Amino acid sequence: MPINSYIFVAIALFSIGVIGVLTRRNAIIIFMCIELMLNAVNLLLVAFSKMHLADAANPALKVATNGADGQLFVFFIMVVAAAEVTVGLAIIVMMYRNTHSVDVNFLNRLKN
Amino acid sequence: MSITQILFWFLTVMAIGSALMVITSRNPVYSVLFLIATFFAISGHYILLNAQFLAIVNLIVYAGAIMVLFLFVIMLMNLNTETEPQKNKWLKFAGTIAGGCLLLVMVAALRDADTKTTTALMKEGDIGLVQNLGKTLFKEYVVPFEISSVLFLSAMVGAVVLGKKD
Repeated sequence: MPINSYIFVAIALFSIGVIGVLTRRNAIIIFMCIELMLNAVNLLLVAFSKMHLADAANPALKVATNGADGQLFVFFIMVVAAAEVTVGLAIIVMMYRNTHSVDVNFLNRLKN
Repeated sequence: MSITQILFWFLTVMAIGSALMVITSRNPVYSVLFLIATFFAISGHYILLNAQFLAIVNLIVYAGAIMVLFLFVIMLMNLNTETEPQKNKWLKFAGTIAGGCLLLVMVAALRDADTKTTTALMKEGDIGLVQNLGKTLFKEYVVPFEISSVLFLSAMVGAVVLGKKD
């Protein structure tokens, strides 16, 4: 597939994530939209890691492990996302325990 | 149209359609289920790109562990359609316009980029296999790998401290 297709798919998924963050008030849904944005970037990184290998005219790029860096970046993004989810959900549960709501507008009172 | 292209478009439609359902469905449980469908579609994309290790890790870590955690928290709080807070419709409209503008600008900027002839290699190439990724991970990226274990330890301690009843 042309790399452009993957770029547009990733942009669409990322924009859907942004729209979700801007239009929802439930803290958990906002968190899920952030995960969606992370996955859009992951998809793009994997597509780019397979991009130059298709270039048959250039034998220097035909090294076997060329592009493995991009996939390891995805691996580390997943690691960081897992750590982020545990802490974020703990914060949301604590917020729910104090306010009995997951509405982010309820946190307005923090400003005074 | 080859079978690869058919699979690509099927997975793309599935990913974007269920991503749209995530942000439009009122019930948070449905949002989580549609997000799991999105992750399955993205894993299908990884398999199509022959990144088998990442496809399996995506299924196990995201669709398996993280989404179960989300579902568990939502069911613990007993969230449903009635308790779902709603923004007023002008704010929703403004948010959609802002996100749509981002989409428009990025697509317009990248449409004429010099990538017309560049393709991603489908169904072949062995960098995505466990053997090659493992060798690279444990030869060149040992230090970040070990640091990520410290990150996990601190995240675990943080979650326990935050969740503790005092």
